[in-house]
Amino acid sequence: MALLTVKDMTLRFGGLTALNSVSFDVEKGEIYSIIGPNGAGKTTIFNCLSRFYNLDEGTIHINDRDITKISPSAVSNMGIARTFQNIELFKNMSVLDNILLGRHRKRSTNLLKEIFFTKAVKEQEMRSHLRAEEIIDFLELQQYRDQMIANLPYGAQKTVEIGRALAMEPEILLLDEPSSGMTMEETEDLSFWITDIKEAFGITIIIVEHNMGLVTSLSDRVLALSFGEPITIGKPEAVMEHPEVMKAYLGDEGAFA
Amino acid sequence: MRFELKRSYWEDIRIFRYRSDFRWYMALVFLLLVLPVFIGDYYISQFNVVFIYSIVSVGMMLLTGFTGQLSLGHVGFFGIGSYTSAILVSKGIPFLLAMPLAGLLAAAIGILVALPAVRLTGMYLAIMTIGFAFIVEEVLARWESLTRGNMGMVVEPPSIGPFEFDSEFSFYYLALLILILSLLAARNILRSPTGRAMISIRDSEVASQAIGVNLMKFKAVAFALSAFFTGIAGSLSAHKLSFISPESFNFLESVKYLAMIIIGGLGSLHGAVLGAAFLLFLPGVIIAVKEYLPHAIASQPGLEPLLMGLVIVLFILFEPMGLYGRWMKVKHYFEFFPLYKKDTFKRVKSYYKAEKH
Repeated sequence: MALLTVKDMTLRFGGLTALNSVSFDVEKGEIYSIIGPNGAGKTTIFNCLSRFYNLDEGTIHINDRDITKISPSAVSNMGIARTFQNIELFKNMSVLDNILLGRHRKRSTNLLKEIFFTKAVKEQEMRSHLRAEEIIDFLELQQYRDQMIANLPYGAQKTVEIGRALAMEPEILLLDEPSSGMTMEETEDLSFWITDIKEAFGITIIIVEHNMGLVTSLSDRVLALSFGEPITIGKPEAVMEHPEVMKAYLGDEGAFA
Repeated sequence: MRFELKRSYWEDIRIFRYRSDFRWYMALVFLLLVLPVFIGDYYISQFNVVFIYSIVSVGMMLLTGFTGQLSLGHVGFFGIGSYTSAILVSKGIPFLLAMPLAGLLAAAIGILVALPAVRLTGMYLAIMTIGFAFIVEEVLARWESLTRGNMGMVVEPPSIGPFEFDSEFSFYYLALLILILSLLAARNILRSPTGRAMISIRDSEVASQAIGVNLMKFKAVAFALSAFFTGIAGSLSAHKLSFISPESFNFLESVKYLAMIIIGGLGSLHGAVLGAAFLLFLPGVIIAVKEYLPHAIASQPGLEPLLMGLVIVLFILFEPMGLYGRWMKVKHYFEFFPLYKKDTFKRVKSYYKAEKH
C-alpha cells in the first residue's frame, strides 16, 4: 500500500483547469520529483496536498486516511511538512525560534500548564531545544543560530525552512524548488542533505524542482506535468528522454528548423 | 563587549538570560517596593494608574504586538472587567474571587468576539472591534437593573479578608503585585509553544498553518488571554476609582491603549510597561513644562492631545520599535562596543514599518 495516494486530482480556477485528473502514488522512503515547465501546476499540487486549495474532484489519501476535506493545520499535524517556493519564514524571529516552531505539532502541554511553566513544560522545552540544536548541527546553521531571519542571506533562509520542516518530524516532506536562488555550493550541500534526510531520518520526500541535474541524481521516480496534465511517470532517465516531456520543455521539433 | 558561553539549553529557556539581568530586575522591584515611602500620595496614585494600564498594555501586547491582531475595542473588556468585579463585590462576593471572575468573564466574551474576528484581518478587524466597544458601552448604559445605567456605580475598595486596600499607599502594593504576576504569566506563555504559535500567526499565517498551527484556535486563545488581562485591570481600576459609569469606557480609551503599545514597542513586554508609563506620565510632564513656555503657546487649548498625537507619529516614523527598541540599540552599542554596525537593526526596522502591524 502506497504511503500517499492521489486520485484524479482536479482543480479549476474559474475557466482555467489548473490540474486535470492527476493521479500518482508515493511509496514510503521514496524521493519523488514533480517536474514540468512554468505554469504546469507543480506548486498547485503541493498547495492541494497541504490543503490550501480545495479540490474540485478527486481524493488524497495518506496511509489509507482520506485527507481531502481536513483543514491545512490538520494535514500538517498528520505529518506532512513543506517548504515554500518564495520562503514563508517567521521573519522577525531568530533561526532557533523558527526551528522550535516546527515542534508545534509535538507539544503535549496546555495553556494553563504553560502559564505556570510547570515541570512538564520545562522538560518539553528542553527536548524541543535538543531536537532543534540537532537540526541546526545537521544543516550547519550554527553561525546564524541567534540571528533574525530578515538578516540572513537567501540560501540560508531556504535552509532554515528545511530545518523547520524537519523539526516537525514529518512522514512526508514536500520541498518546493529547494535549490532555486541557491549557489552551486549550496545546491551541492542540499543534495547531500536530501539524501541524508531520506536515509537517516527515513522521511519520504516529494520535490518540485527545475534543476534537472539534481532531479536525475536524487529521484527514485519522476512525474512530468504540462499545463495541468500528467505526461508520464517513471525512472528519471526514462522521463527525461520521453518525447512528450522534451516537447513540453523545448517545443515542437519544427521550432528548431 | 560581552562574550557568551552557553552550557545548557536551559540558558535559552529561562526567564532571565543572564544572572546580571536577574539582579537588575530584583533591584528594580526593591526600588519600587520602597518608593512609596518617599513620595507623596499624588505620585503614588500616578504609579497606581501606570500599574493598572501596564496590565492592559500587557494584554494588548499579547494580541496586537505578538499575535498581530489589531484591536480598538479593548475598552470593552476593561468595562466588562470593571462592572463584573464591582457588581460581584456589591453582592457580597470577596474581591479575591471577584477579580479573577471578572477576568474570566472578559476572556469568555473575548472568545465570542474572536469567533467572527478570526475571519477578518487588519483594518476590518479594527472596525469590528470598535463596534464591540460601542456595544459594551451601550449595554452598560441601558442595562439599568444591573449597572444603574448612566447614574454610575459606587464601588467598594478592594479587600482581602479583613484588610482593606483603601489608601493609595496600600493599593500600590496590590497593583504592583498583580502587575508582576501578569508579566510573569505573559513571559511564561511567550516562551512556551502557545506563545510561539501566536507570534507565528503575526509573521505568516500561511507558514503557521503549514507547521500545524490552528489559526482559529490560537487567535481565539490570543483574544481570550488579552481580554483576561484587560478584565483584571478593569477590576483593579474600578475598585481604585470607587466610582464607575459607562461614559468612562468610551471607545477613544482604546486608542490610548494602542498608543501605549506602539510607543513602548510592539512585540516586547518591556515595551508594554514603558509605553504605559510614558503615556501616563506625559500629561504631568506637559503641565510641568507649561510654566516655562511662552504664554502664547502654553495657553493654547488642545496642547496636550496635539503633543500626544505628535509623539505617536514621530515614533512610528523614526522608531517603529518603540522605546524598548531604542533601549535595545543603546544596549547593543555598548555590548559590542568597538564593533557596533550602524545597519544592525536596519532590516528589522523596515520590517516593522512595512508589515501589517
